[in-house]
Amino acid sequence: MERRRALEDIRVCDFTGQLAGAGATKWLAAFGADVIRIEDPVNQGAWDILRMAPPFVDERRGPDFGCGFNNHNTGKRGITLNLRTARGKDLLAAIVERSDVVAENFAAGVLDRLGFGYEALRRIRPDIVYVSNCGFGHVGPYAKFKTWGPIVQAVSGLTFMSGLPDMEPAGWGFSYMDHTGGFYMAMAVLLALIHRERTGEGQWVDMACCDVGLTLNGPAILDYTVNGRPMRRQGQPNGNRSDWPGMAPHGIYRAAGEDEWVAIACRNDADWAACVSVFDQAWARESRWATLAGRLDGQDEIDARLNEWCGTREKFEVQRLFQAAHVPAAAVQKPEERIEHDPATAEFGLWPTVRHSKIGTVRVDGLPVRFSETPWSIERGGPCVGEHTEEVLTGLLGLTVEEVATLRKEGVV
Amino acid sequence: MSALVGVRVIELAHERIAFAGKLLGDMGADVVVVEPPGGSPMRSHEPFVDDLPDRERSLTWWHYNTSKRSIVLDWRCPEGLEALRVLLARADILIEAEDPGVLVQNGLDDAALTGALPRLVHVSMTPFGPTGERRHELATDLTILAGSGPAWNCGYDDHRLPPIRGGGGHGYAIGCHYAAMSALTALLHRERGGRGQRVDVSMHAAANVTTEMASYDWLVQKRTVQRQTGRHATEKRSMPSQVRCADGRYVNTGVPPRTPQEFGRLLAWLRELDLEQELPEAVFLQMGMERDRIDLSKIGTDDEVTAIFAAGREALVLIASRVSAQQFFLGAQRAGLPAGVIYSPEEAFEDPHFVARGMQVEVEQPQLGRKVRYPGPPYAFGKSRWMISHPAPALGQHTEEVLAEAGIDVARVRASGAFGRS
Repeated sequence: MERRRALEDIRVCDFTGQLAGAGATKWLAAFGADVIRIEDPVNQGAWDILRMAPPFVDERRGPDFGCGFNNHNTGKRGITLNLRTARGKDLLAAIVERSDVVAENFAAGVLDRLGFGYEALRRIRPDIVYVSNCGFGHVGPYAKFKTWGPIVQAVSGLTFMSGLPDMEPAGWGFSYMDHTGGFYMAMAVLLALIHRERTGEGQWVDMACCDVGLTLNGPAILDYTVNGRPMRRQGQPNGNRSDWPGMAPHGIYRAAGEDEWVAIACRNDADWAACVSVFDQAWARESRWATLAGRLDGQDEIDARLNEWCGTREKFEVQRLFQAAHVPAAAVQKPEERIEHDPATAEFGLWPTVRHSKIGTVRVDGLPVRFSETPWSIERGGPCVGEHTEEVLTGLLGLTVEEVATLRKEGVV
Repeated sequence: MSALVGVRVIELAHERIAFAGKLLGDMGADVVVVEPPGGSPMRSHEPFVDDLPDRERSLTWWHYNTSKRSIVLDWRCPEGLEALRVLLARADILIEAEDPGVLVQNGLDDAALTGALPRLVHVSMTPFGPTGERRHELATDLTILAGSGPAWNCGYDDHRLPPIRGGGGHGYAIGCHYAAMSALTALLHRERGGRGQRVDVSMHAAANVTTEMASYDWLVQKRTVQRQTGRHATEKRSMPSQVRCADGRYVNTGVPPRTPQEFGRLLAWLRELDLEQELPEAVFLQMGMERDRIDLSKIGTDDEVTAIFAAGREALVLIASRVSAQQFFLGAQRAGLPAGVIYSPEEAFEDPHFVARGMQVEVEQPQLGRKVRYPGPPYAFGKSRWMISHPAPALGQHTEEVLAEAGIDVARVRASGAFGRS
């Protein structure tokens, strides 16, 4: 069967950075889109702080060595254009003319001030798909406020939802909303391309990571708007327990060893009966635990018993015992365990090795999906600053090598 | 016109996949959720309207099933399966989260789906993928997030406390985001002349690549990050960034000031609140204004840099102790310092910024005879409208309508018992 890449022939003029933007175009590139990163030659692409940020494979430092950047920019091409110059702007216009999508996650208004807001883009290419993604969006009282992942999570209600009752929030421990902002940005691009395919129209999609975060609290918000019950109340958030749906016991329990933990979710009375056979202890057979209501009432007591029981057993052994009894359980895996030793990530080819022009070979996050006809592929690392300037300007815009050399001398690229 | 108007989606009701159906439905797709007789088990999920358990009163069901139609069909019996096959022959996308092997056992193998229906995009989401030795392990939102990395990142400085699952169903949400991205990618491919295809999404794999540096710190340097209260898990402990305010609520202060301008604005804010005298370290803020940007790598080795950076944080903690979390957030942002108030979901929902952005939408709720406010659009399309076209359907509300549209003999299916025995 003939295979081709799902997004072949789609070109993205890409101003994204960090993860909230770059994650979106990474997905598109993995399915064959020609993603061209446009970066500033003057500051060597430093707007994307991940270019210079750890981790690094060795002692080499600089904008071409940050491996977080490499992780989020696989399969893309990179060029430099000095947009302070008229010639730089002309070249960008020529690229936009040949692009299907313009994607960016600058602060609100930045691209507009460079002369490439939506109206300008549309004059260059009427059916352009333009997706902007910033923390608080382009309109609203906080449009000028600054964000990064943890601030988005704080303001949208997500940080609050992660913690133990009546304690300060634990939060997320990573920029969950940078990942998720990237997901919605990718969806926005795909939806707008489908719209264009069907109607011929382009459009601007204004995305705000904070809006996205807010929408992930649906049932809690409906409990408030319908029942008038706020999430900020005694006993909430409920940490590792489960009110919706009600399950007990339900938690992350201490296992044998240093900082080792295992999660167990007892979904219903049948699961509990199975748990009882696993424990094989007199306390567990008490009739008051046989119903969900009884177990919810006595959660603290059951959790204490479970911590004691699991505490003398190795976490993967606990996982195995409960899974054998058909009760959901999973060891809390450390990075090494899930990356190096877990057959379920290996089987999905989840950690592909890429070749980066300067870093060499290094492993990156793959995509957690398998397509039967148009599989993704991630082979090339993130672009060095300006790595593909000549290739793009000659191949896409038809300039000569000499013309590119002149532009380089003039500081345009 | 919404982007997906006219796109037909069949969703086999399952708590794991419901959110993906909503994402497509709210963008205009005609999503038909196929429920078993008696209804999707998700209808029994709390919270309920007025706390009265009823399959039409689950707010979890309401949220994740907007813009869908519901039919009741037992596709595990021959007549029900036959009707489902007719619906699938007319569909663009099938989304489902059945356990591995279930569809095959019921006569819906790949040959019957994408084999016989070359236009069909079939997205199958499973906890660990359809093959491999872990495929039959049982999973819930908690166990997915525990086993795949996010929980390891998340918790408190005190490691006697367990890792924490971020609440709100995010293990399922991550999987559904990938399922929706996959469905759209495959649909676009088909719209541009390709054929349909099968896509497998592993929820465990999805959460594994949604852990930011926890994964790539290991992949690149074999470093293991450690969880910390309210901030990024890192290999070596970082400074706290979460501060308790005068009203008992918390803020995230982000990264403390580093540039001369930021130190200047912080000092000005301190003076405005008449707090400069209470901060002996204020002199270091002045020094921060008069020197180059702070080089974070020098903290701990260069005494002056260390003192200046620490003073910035001390100033923020002092201000926080005297004002409410809301005042701190607005004051810091107006001083150009990134900071965030830690809102509960309802506080975020009522915030004037989100209200101004249209993040409250009203939906007529027939069960209540009144309008209910829902969270609004995650993205603002210039042309493709996001909208809740109708509230979550009642059980089987559209069975006859949907079957009749497909030319299925409703009476015959009813007689077979595929709608359940009433």
